[in-house]
Amino acid sequence: MIDVRTLTKTYAGKRVVDDVSFHIPPGGVVSLIGPNGAGKSTLLSMMSRLLTMDSGQVLIDGLDISRTDSPTLARRLAVLRQENHFVSRLTVRDLVSFGRYPHSRGRLGADDLAKVQEALEFLDLADLSDRFLDQLSGGQRQRAYVAMVLCQDTDYLFLDEPLNNLDMRHAVAMMRLIRRIADEFRRTVVLVIHDINFASAYSDRILAMKDGRLVHDGPPDHIMTPGVLEDIFDIPVHVEQVRGQAVGVYYR
Amino acid sequence: MADPRHRLILLAALAVLVCALFLGVNLTGKLSYILSYRAQVIATMILVGTATGVSTVLFQTITGNRILTPSVMGAEALFVLIQTSIIFFIGSARWDSVPVVGRFAIETSAMVVFALTLYRWLLVGKSEDLYRLLLAGLVFGILFRSAAELLQRMMAPNEFNILQGRLFAQLTLPESRLLGIAGGLVALCVALLWRYRRDFDVIALGRDVAIGLGVDYPRIVTRALVLITVLISTSTALIGPLTFLGFMTATLAYQLAGSQRHALLLPFSALLGVIFLAGGQLVLEHLFAMTGTLSVVIEFTGGALFLLMLLRKGRL
Repeated sequence: MIDVRTLTKTYAGKRVVDDVSFHIPPGGVVSLIGPNGAGKSTLLSMMSRLLTMDSGQVLIDGLDISRTDSPTLARRLAVLRQENHFVSRLTVRDLVSFGRYPHSRGRLGADDLAKVQEALEFLDLADLSDRFLDQLSGGQRQRAYVAMVLCQDTDYLFLDEPLNNLDMRHAVAMMRLIRRIADEFRRTVVLVIHDINFASAYSDRILAMKDGRLVHDGPPDHIMTPGVLEDIFDIPVHVEQVRGQAVGVYYR
Repeated sequence: MADPRHRLILLAALAVLVCALFLGVNLTGKLSYILSYRAQVIATMILVGTATGVSTVLFQTITGNRILTPSVMGAEALFVLIQTSIIFFIGSARWDSVPVVGRFAIETSAMVVFALTLYRWLLVGKSEDLYRLLLAGLVFGILFRSAAELLQRMMAPNEFNILQGRLFAQLTLPESRLLGIAGGLVALCVALLWRYRRDFDVIALGRDVAIGLGVDYPRIVTRALVLITVLISTSTALIGPLTFLGFMTATLAYQLAGSQRHALLLPFSALLGVIFLAGGQLVLEHLFAMTGTLSVVIEFTGGALFLLMLLRKGRL
């Protein structure tokens, strides 16, 4: 379980994340939504220990992330940022193998190799495993990074905008995958996402942020109402039921 | 030669051959004198080649680029400034009364403190805009050089002469009294850095990924920067500034190793450093009968390669 307590971060006098607290029980997909600059990525970075917090506390399975050493956390929590500067002469298999680093410290055993293979197959990368990263499309590279954090074999995955740079087909594939990671592997996935309809279709719970504060928190059908969405994004959003799914329409 | 380890063995053999040739070719005159002189030169070359090769690859891994090197970022200008300040503020006579090892220790510590502050501030976990960093490095280089020049102009002429002699130390005039301690330092630093070779493989993926994968990023990067600075200052103390040697060895090491693993990159780069220095001197001395120009040749070819890499945005 994840406990976020009164988390705050200030940049140049502005509270980018302002006194945010919530609790996430194990299992499921939790989406963080909100307008640009609402503090979603900053919040996730602090929860991932990539950014220091000004005040507050994040507990992962009871471990305070500010006090727990990085290798221990890396066996419970995997993190993927939106942009990764990639090393060109690295094959997909090399990259995915790095996911075993918290367990193997760079010496891959038979068990590690099996997990790498499993992750490659799960992300449909087996055929590409000997390609270099600079020979892949943006979507394929994205999948390679997801395979890496998947074979890190952690209970928690924090993904910052995993749909970035993906077209419709690959975005759907990625969200299905995230759903399967949660359902089949019993993992807890927390992701930052911009598309409210993807969040609505695939999440168990949606956390909405605005101006650094957590303004709404609930299951998709609670968030996907015109009143709540307008409150979050400051534009009118119509919500229609299409094939059993709440869809926000806001394009014109 | 698909296996990079075979290429590494071949490169090691080449390095041994070049060193042996350097020692053995054209032995005329008093044998014991000439052999001990050449042995000192070759020991210096091995130390400088290793220190430069290892420090440059790791500097590039930590900063996440393949163009910047410590020297391009002003490390050697800093060395010149420190040397100049010492002579200017302390005076050569008083400074020379300190034993050579003590002087070396003080100079190296000063270099480590300043360089570490500069690099941490400038590089770690900050902008990935290469051109901004390059510009900052150049500006710092100019700043250090101008400050040193200002002090040199205000110096007494005889002090200035002594300083000149120190700053233009050459490969062919090795600082033999420093060889022992320099050898120990280089061996120690390289051994300590070698322990982190697998962590460096992960650090090459970038700060965020490395932390996510459980590398103790701040600690390892700080330690590595200290050790890298010690290696640079040792190398500079031995033969003076050589701006583009590290850049050449690292660039070629990436090509030849064909792997991102530091367990291969580091020895490749170190061996290339030794081969460039010893091989270059061998060719210049015996084929072209020029003795003192190796640094010019290395700076010229290295500088040309640097421009080429810059134009091709780091891809060769």
